[in-house]
Amino acid sequence: MTIPESPTEVVHQDDSIEPDTPDVEAERRQRRRRSLIVTAGVLVLFAIMWFIATSTSGSVANIFASVIRAAVEPQTAAVAIAVIGLNIHFGFTGLLNIGQAGFMLLGAYGFAISLSRGLPLPVAILLGIATAAVFALLLGIPTLKLRGDYLAIVTISAAEILRYVGRLSQLTSWTGGSQGLPGSEYRDPFVALSFFPEGNTTIGPLSYQNTGVNGWWIRVVAWVLVLICTAFVFLLVRSPWGRLLRGIREDEDAIRSLGKNVFAVKMQALVIGGVLGALGGMIFVLPSSVQADSMGRAMTFFIWTALLLGGAATIFGPVLGTILFFAVRILIRGVTSEVVPASILNTQQSDQFSWVVVGIALMLLVIFRPQGILGNKRELQFNA
Amino acid sequence: MPETTTQSRSGRTDNPLADPAARRALVDGIDPVPGVSKPDPILRVDNVVRKFGGMTAVNVDHLEVQRGIITALIGPNGAGKTTFFNLITGFDKPSSAPSLFNRPEKPAAWSFNGQPLSNTSASAVSKAGMVRTFQLTKSLNRMTVMENMLLGARGQTGENLLTCWLKPTWASQEREIEEKAKELLARFKLLRKKDDYAGSLSGGQRKLLEMARALMTDPTMIMLDEPMAGVNPALTQSLLGHIQSLRDEGMTVLFVEHDMHMVRHISDWVVVMAEGKIIAEGRADVVMSDTAVIDAYLGAHHDTDLSDDSLLEDLPGSQEMLHEAELYQAEIADERAHRDAPAAGKEETP
Amino acid sequence: MLSGIDIEVSGPDGDQLLTTGENGGFLLQVGQEGEYVLRLVEDTLPEGVTATNAELTFKAALAANDTIQFTPRAVNFGLQGTVEGAAVGVGSNLFLQSTVSGLRLGLLLALAAVGLSLIYGTTGLSSFSHAEQVTLGGMVAFMMVNWWGLPFLLAAVLTVLVCGFTGYIQHVILWKPLRRKGLGLVQLMIVTIGLSLAMQYMFQVLVGAGTVRVIREAPTPVTFGGVRLTDQSLWAMGIAVIVLTAVGFALLRTRLGRATRAVSDNPALAEASGIDVDKVVRLVWIIATALAGLAGIMLALVLNGIKWDSGMQILLLLFAAVTLGGLGTAFGALIGAIVIGLVVELTPVFGLPGDLKYAMALLILILLLLVRPQGLLGKAARVG
Repeated sequence: MTIPESPTEVVHQDDSIEPDTPDVEAERRQRRRRSLIVTAGVLVLFAIMWFIATSTSGSVANIFASVIRAAVEPQTAAVAIAVIGLNIHFGFTGLLNIGQAGFMLLGAYGFAISLSRGLPLPVAILLGIATAAVFALLLGIPTLKLRGDYLAIVTISAAEILRYVGRLSQLTSWTGGSQGLPGSEYRDPFVALSFFPEGNTTIGPLSYQNTGVNGWWIRVVAWVLVLICTAFVFLLVRSPWGRLLRGIREDEDAIRSLGKNVFAVKMQALVIGGVLGALGGMIFVLPSSVQADSMGRAMTFFIWTALLLGGAATIFGPVLGTILFFAVRILIRGVTSEVVPASILNTQQSDQFSWVVVGIALMLLVIFRPQGILGNKRELQFNA
Repeated sequence: MPETTTQSRSGRTDNPLADPAARRALVDGIDPVPGVSKPDPILRVDNVVRKFGGMTAVNVDHLEVQRGIITALIGPNGAGKTTFFNLITGFDKPSSAPSLFNRPEKPAAWSFNGQPLSNTSASAVSKAGMVRTFQLTKSLNRMTVMENMLLGARGQTGENLLTCWLKPTWASQEREIEEKAKELLARFKLLRKKDDYAGSLSGGQRKLLEMARALMTDPTMIMLDEPMAGVNPALTQSLLGHIQSLRDEGMTVLFVEHDMHMVRHISDWVVVMAEGKIIAEGRADVVMSDTAVIDAYLGAHHDTDLSDDSLLEDLPGSQEMLHEAELYQAEIADERAHRDAPAAGKEETP
Repeated sequence: MLSGIDIEVSGPDGDQLLTTGENGGFLLQVGQEGEYVLRLVEDTLPEGVTATNAELTFKAALAANDTIQFTPRAVNFGLQGTVEGAAVGVGSNLFLQSTVSGLRLGLLLALAAVGLSLIYGTTGLSSFSHAEQVTLGGMVAFMMVNWWGLPFLLAAVLTVLVCGFTGYIQHVILWKPLRRKGLGLVQLMIVTIGLSLAMQYMFQVLVGAGTVRVIREAPTPVTFGGVRLTDQSLWAMGIAVIVLTAVGFALLRTRLGRATRAVSDNPALAEASGIDVDKVVRLVWIIATALAGLAGIMLALVLNGIKWDSGMQILLLLFAAVTLGGLGTAFGALIGAIVIGLVVELTPVFGLPGDLKYAMALLILILLLLVRPQGLLGKAARVG
């Protein structure tokens, strides 16, 4: 089926419509200011929750404390990195990757299996990255020359294939099969790197071991990595290469007619975003275990929701979106189980209900604010 | 290249073909028959055939485009002009292209500036110096005018992934490109809009932007697909001026057009297509008095009414017709813009 | 039925070793909710019998009772071979049996896939929530039969009507206004992802996370030509064939059917030729969701129950079927579905691990896309 040219194309052919010429600089300044206000607003909200959680007791304080804990979880950081990767794919290049969880899973397997086989940590990280890069090449070579939806079908299918293969009982000695690979098999070299002193540290509602399996060490490393990835993406997309990405997102044929190798650039974007996904996967499994099912389709959908929430094609959107995604869900769950009597919704149902709200929120978000919290409506309308 | 002795008109360029008399002398020396060979062809096309379903959209045996002049490619709706453009610029593949499974008797082959271009990608065609614009303008609407322009520049170190994150490696080149873009924008009267989103420009301004962006690549030959479609008459004159000055600077121009007035006004040589074939070639006035051309404009393709309900009466059999209709779709838009084009053609005929 | 075979069970309770009894089954006591792994001790198998899939995983959800009656059927473990001349389970007819199962799965997939394909064809939308429409069918039937005590057949008819009505409602309040609003296809696709998430967890809130059975009585097995099927399966296949034939006939022979195909072929042209595209699309939504509901009821019968993620499990198979057949061609989807069904059920027969049967279908999809991007029946799209 050929999808007809967008009707706006025809409308613009008409010269009689005198277009408005907005002052782009002023608009940009205004947008930057608005982004700052929104970010500051979110920070203030967290600060208020922090204050209530530390200075009072009772159910409200408990809910707020758990919201803050969810926001700084290492797994939140891990997903944020994967979202930053997807932002390169979808936000900047317009690639429809709906198998980002597959990249996470590959990174996690590459990393964890290498470590469990006794390879040194840097080699394990490189192997995790390399597997994801090769995976991206394999997916990209046949699909990047075809229409966008083929990449979508192939990425989601390939991610599922990875998950099924990871669960295979025949591979139990490598991947742990459906039981998964317990964290104790690969975690030690990472934990050993910690230069934090022994003991526990409590800051407000956050109280963790300094090093430990799931303590301050992994949190600090994870969030520093998030910052590094954000800075890396910032450097990439403000360059002429980043301009090329956005050009491709707008109209591949136009870029091709200017003599650029569109295929190569799309491939580079696919690999970089995939490698970021793999890095996210490595962080994701460090405090827990490698479970194929924890990085399945549901994870991909969460990544998409977080990206759209924060705002695709923005620098800080992915991070803000991910934090809000996990924090708000915990908030909804807490409020639901507090407000709705257990006879109507028990604890488990409250949790399920919070996911229903997430689903509906995703729909409303895409319908009413497709540019997300930080996005630029003029720049980012979906093009399909 | 034939010797031309007259001084150039403006004197600011040393291009001999900037002189109308020299061009006249040049084209007078060429036989006005389809597929005629030119003294100094920049583009040679052989056996380019494109079939959609059972219908042949393009079937060009041989065509040469002379260097340094403006050549117009005209023809009625559905003549296959845009498809032909797509084929030679690598946006579509000829059915006659040799491949692993297909060894046609007369394989499609075309070369630009002596460099074979059959079986290359659209970007390779552009890199060879043959840069095109599109009938439905492909300005990048959610990027600014300046960004659109900067994308056109060739050989940017900042487009290399490995070094792009180091701003010092590309900052100075970026400034040079920006200067060049500003000059071009000023020439096309778009400088004032450089920080606006391209989508906020009018249709005509976007045509200009697309042309300016193509010029950022420093092309040897520029191929314009209906540069006038949808452009308001006030802009048309300046657009024509731009095209002529490109030629005077030594660039080869090939353009597809519907509007006979414009063709007559600026083109040095005219190639007429109908039903996929080249039916006539020659100077504008010569071609327009050609009976084959008049027939093509008045007779062809006015027997297919797209709004006819009978298209859907018998679907299995009409699949091919639907295909054919799809083929015309690109042309429908321009039909709207030039509903009276055949009439114009008639008036033009002496 | 093989007795005296040892099966190791590991799960959240810890490990236990069980031995199959006279009837070939055993009783597993489950103390905790979670994932259990059954591992066949291959040494205890009789001479000449091999297991291609010695490990099974299932998720136990605690219902009223906390024991699970489990009969390890030969196909579960992929047992192959003969004991003293007699086939193990269905061993000797494994190929035939699997082919019939594949056909059964294919027909049920086809019911849903034809609808998915019609939606894609007429609107260009890849609807992820179509899988939940399938689950919805099973769930509504379950509620009608078990909560309100309706007779099954009446419940089935009502369910199909209810599901079709949900399609109508969706079209009216969601898809039509959103298209009017000018949402792009990618945006709409993400809306369906949100809807799918919301529906999945809504099912969990309403009926829980476990498997529910529409009909509680055990089905009657029927054997013919060495193939064992339940009577319910036979009914399901029969109805699927009839319904699919009717849909095919309607598409080919009725005015509305032809209009639907015209819209699929080229919406702009169809609109221009005076076809009421909106009416066609509305009808497509109703038919597609009704067919998905029917598929859901039958899936619930054939698979002995339905679960909140039953639809999601087959979603990718549906996409595979639609893509395999050629995006947007209804008859292609039918053929694609049968092919996918056969691939899924025949994978274990050819000695591949049973866990990979879904993965195999997706792999074939990817490989086919590389060779023939337009699918089996699709036509090549015009470029430029």
